[in-house]
Amino acid sequence: MKSNEAIPSYVTCSLPSSPLPWQSKKMGQATRDAYGEALLALGKEDTRIVALDADLSKSTKSNLFAKQFPARFFNCGIAEANMVSIAAGLASCGKIPFASSFASFLLCKGFDQLRMSVANPNLNVKIVGSHSGISLGEDGASQQSVEDLALACALPKFTVLSPADGASCKALTKLSAAHVGPVFIRTGRPKAPIIYADGESFEIGVAKKIVAGSDVTIIATGLMVYSALMAATLLQKENISVAVIDMHTIKPIDEAAIVTAAKRSGAIVTAEEHLLSGGLGSRVAQVLSQYCPVPQVSVGIADTYAESGLPEELFEKYGLTEKHIVSAAIDVLKHKKKIAS
Amino acid sequence: MTAINESLQNQAKRLRQDIIQMISAAASGHPGGSLSATDIITALYFRVLRHRPTEPDWDDRDRFILSKGHAAPALYAALARTGYFPVEQLSSLRQFGSPLQGHPEKGKLPGVEASTGSLGQGISIGIGMALAARLDGKDYRTVVLMGDGESNEGQVWEAAMFAAHYKMDSLTVILDRNRQQLDDWTEKILDTESLAEKWRAFGWHVIEIDGHNMDQILKAFDEASNTKGKPTLIFANTTKGKGVSFMENNLEFHGSAPNAEQTQKALLEIGA
Repeated sequence: MKSNEAIPSYVTCSLPSSPLPWQSKKMGQATRDAYGEALLALGKEDTRIVALDADLSKSTKSNLFAKQFPARFFNCGIAEANMVSIAAGLASCGKIPFASSFASFLLCKGFDQLRMSVANPNLNVKIVGSHSGISLGEDGASQQSVEDLALACALPKFTVLSPADGASCKALTKLSAAHVGPVFIRTGRPKAPIIYADGESFEIGVAKKIVAGSDVTIIATGLMVYSALMAATLLQKENISVAVIDMHTIKPIDEAAIVTAAKRSGAIVTAEEHLLSGGLGSRVAQVLSQYCPVPQVSVGIADTYAESGLPEELFEKYGLTEKHIVSAAIDVLKHKKKIAS
Repeated sequence: MTAINESLQNQAKRLRQDIIQMISAAASGHPGGSLSATDIITALYFRVLRHRPTEPDWDDRDRFILSKGHAAPALYAALARTGYFPVEQLSSLRQFGSPLQGHPEKGKLPGVEASTGSLGQGISIGIGMALAARLDGKDYRTVVLMGDGESNEGQVWEAAMFAAHYKMDSLTVILDRNRQQLDDWTEKILDTESLAEKWRAFGWHVIEIDGHNMDQILKAFDEASNTKGKPTLIFANTTKGKGVSFMENNLEFHGSAPNAEQTQKALLEIGA
């Protein structure tokens, strides 16, 4: 891990140094690397932990577990559907299987198996999809996963996790092993800026309120949490008071955190590296419309697939930079003002 | 014929009657594929499987997965007749609030090991159970019953590759080769000829039998449990609708219930 590596341009902005981990603007581990280490640690603690992969263990980082515990690792070859149902069989006999692949292949090719082999009988299977979103870059649209949160959230009984950095990914991976029931964890390819100190504690279903503010709240997930923090810093320079929430659990979503934020700030921006339909923005809107209707503007990928390119080029074109979050915040504040007047 | 086999054949008759009565009462269901699998399921539940109906979650039980979930009535009849739940419950098949779902669901009914009905998943789930046995040093066996139309599903062949590669000799798959699927005869939908050779080519030990002959069924399971280093496929040649003359090889009874008159006739034929 090169923690002093430069932050790429899609997340840069000037900021005075400060004690909070995210304010140090240091690049940390990729969430997939953090997952690999966490899985290895879990394997040492609990022999019920088994791992499966579909010929991508070097990329998903389940290879760390495979090397240490070859008898508890099953490479299924490029056959995601089979892998998901095998995980179900293992879970029904008391094992805690972690099945990893790219998020796109796992959710799209394994969906019926997630539905009938895993979700229907509510089995204790953990599914970990790496290379999520478009930040995997050059490999292009077939590998980029822009619909995995929508698909995972559509599965009854599933808990859906989307960690923002290495520390949160490690913590959430550990929590998912202790949680009884099916879980999807979304990880990413590139190194992620540090948001939290190592050892920060998390709870599934309880959002992290990173910054307090009263004019507008940005609710973000995954890599977009850091961009949200940078956007908040820019907005604060314009004397706009911005709250930032890391919604690391997409399902069950922290309704109380959303409603409290809506009541306090009266305006919501959501930000996710995912299609606008069916992910964080949709789920936040569902909560707001039911309990506390306030204006919301969503940052995400419009109704399209992306393409090959550097992550920063793609984030710029598909509207996922902190500038896009800043514009969304300004938009939503206009709506808020209109309603008030 | 041995006394054991005669008793099994009587059990199979009773299961066939249950199947007809259940589907008739529900006014929907799949008689054809339930009746083709009845002799195999009878052999399993009354003779082959190591199980405790009053302790369905017993750790050391053999696992049975009905991958062709539409044959649920045959499974339910076997579970009821071996004591997993009261026989009277069979008449609630497919009714609102009944644990006897149209296709089996794990967690709703004791003895159901997997939620099936979306074809192609059963062997993979069975592999997971067999891997768990290997990890835990347990000697239970895992048995999966699949259809021949089900061989159209790609996941079946993913599972076939995996089980052979991992030398899963505690896994036995029975292929209910009744030659029909919903729309037509199997060879007219996708030519599934040389199906047995395909499994051999995938590295499985293949045993071909008459799937209505108890002697052959029992011998095949014996041979499967004595086969080391390879999973076994029992290629069971069967007749769709077996035991009811007007249902045999009749595509109409893949997925429709007999009317009252047909039900009477079927029960008489089976009882004879």
